Amino acid sequence: MRKILFFLTFALMVIATWMTLFYAPTEVVMGHVQRIFYFHMGTVWAATVAFTVVFVASIYYLVKETAKWDTLAYCSAEIGMLLLTLTIITGSIWAKPVWGTWWTWDPQLTTTFILWVLYAVYLVLRSGAGGRGKKARYSAIFAIIAYVDLPVVYVSARIKRGISPVVFGPGGGGIDPAMMHTLLVTLLGFTLLFVLLLGERRRIMNMENALYARGGRGG
Amino acid sequence: MRKIFLIFRKDFLVEWRSKQIFPTMFVFSLLLLLIFNVAFEFRSDINFRAVSAVIWITFIFSGLLALGRSFSLEKENNAFAFLLLTPVSRSCIYLGKLLSNVVMVLLSELFILPLFLLFFLLNAKGLSLSLTGEILPFLGVVVLGTIGFVSLGTFFSSMALNTKLRDMMLPLLVFPLIIPVVITSVGICSSILEGKPFGYYAFSLQVLVSFDIIFVLLCSLLFEYLIEDSGD
Repeated sequence: MRKILFFLTFALMVIATWMTLFYAPTEVVMGHVQRIFYFHMGTVWAATVAFTVVFVASIYYLVKETAKWDTLAYCSAEIGMLLLTLTIITGSIWAKPVWGTWWTWDPQLTTTFILWVLYAVYLVLRSGAGGRGKKARYSAIFAIIAYVDLPVVYVSARIKRGISPVVFGPGGGGIDPAMMHTLLVTLLGFTLLFVLLLGERRRIMNMENALYARGGRGG
Repeated sequence: MRKIFLIFRKDFLVEWRSKQIFPTMFVFSLLLLLIFNVAFEFRSDINFRAVSAVIWITFIFSGLLALGRSFSLEKENNAFAFLLLTPVSRSCIYLGKLLSNVVMVLLSELFILPLFLLFFLLNAKGLSLSLTGEILPFLGVVVLGTIGFVSLGTFFSSMALNTKLRDMMLPLLVFPLIIPVVITSVGICSSILEGKPFGYYAFSLQVLVSFDIIFVLLCSLLFEYLIEDSGD
C-alpha cells in the first residue's frame, strides 16, 4: 500500500511538472511566469486540506482523548506549515513580475500570512506547553479556535479591496481547458503528496514514541 | 445567571480591595500614550487613522497585561482548585471571569479616554465632537472591541499560565487571533472621527459583533476542555 501510494504520487508529480512546463498554453498577458501558478495552487490546496485535517483531528482528540488523533493533528500541522511556506514563496515569485511587488497587504495575502503565523504559534505552543497530555489538549483547543478565526480574518480583511485574481466564481475570467487539466492534475498530485508525507511523518512519530516508551534517550 | 454574577462579584471585590491591576493598567496606558505621542509628534496635522490605531494598541496592550493577572491571582493559595469544587459549571466560571475582566478593562479605558482626547485630539483640525454624533458611537465601539479581545484574552490567560513559557505565551496566542477586532475597531473609530455616515462602517460593525458572539460562545464551550479535573 505504501509502495503503491509512493509510485502513484511520484508519477503524478512528474506528469504535473511536465504539464505545467509543456502542456499548458502560455498565458497571453503574463507569459511563462504564470506557470508557477499551478504549483502555487497545488500547495495552497494541500495546505488547506492539511489544516482541515488538524481541525477535525483536534475535535476528535478533545472528545476521545486518544493519542493517535493528537499525533495526526501535529503531523498534519507540520506538513501544512511546509506547504503554506511554499505557497507564499511561489506566490511572491509570481507577484513580482505581475503586480510589480513581492508582497502587498491584499485580503488573501493578509489572511495567508495570519494563517501562517497561527500555525507557527501552534507549533510554538506545542514545544512550550509542558506535559504530554497538556500539550495535546492545549494545542487541540488552539487549533479549533484558529480554524474558526480564519474566515473572520478573511472577511475583516476584505473591508479593504483586494487584487488577488479571482479565477472561479462570479467575476472570474474563465480558464482554457488545457490549463484546467493541468490545474486538476497538479491539485491531485499535491493531495497525494500530502497523504504520502502525512503517512510517513506519522510512522516516524510512532517510532519515536515507541522508542521513548522503551526508555531510549528520546527527544 | 446568578452564578455568573457571583463569580463576577468575587473577582471584582478582590480587585477593588487589593487595587493591584487597576493602577498598573492605568499608568501603563499612560506611558504608552506618552511613547506614541513622542514617537509620532502629532501637531495639528492629525491623521485620524493613526490616532485610532494608537488608542486601540494602548487598550489591547494594557488590557492583556491585566488579563495575565486574572488567573495568576487564582493560582496563589490554590484558589482555582476550590473554585472548581463549587457546584458551578465551567462555562459559568468562564463567563463570570469574562464579565469581571471586561468591566475592569472598560473602567480603566474610561479613565484613559479623556487623556487621549487631551493629548491627541484637542488640536485636531476639522474635528467636531457631539454627544450623539461621535462620543456615544465611539464608546459603543470601545465596548464591543473590548469584549472581543477580552473574550480570547481571558480564555488564553488560563492556558498560558499553565504552560512553561507562562506570560510570554499570552500575547503570542492572542495577537494573531484578534486581528479582526483590530481591523474593524480601528476602522470604525477613524470613520467616526472623520465624521463619516453610519452606512460607511455598518459592515465593519457587523463583523465586530459577529466576532464577539462567535468567540464568547466558542470559548465558553471549550473552557470545559481547557480545565482538567486533575488540576495539572
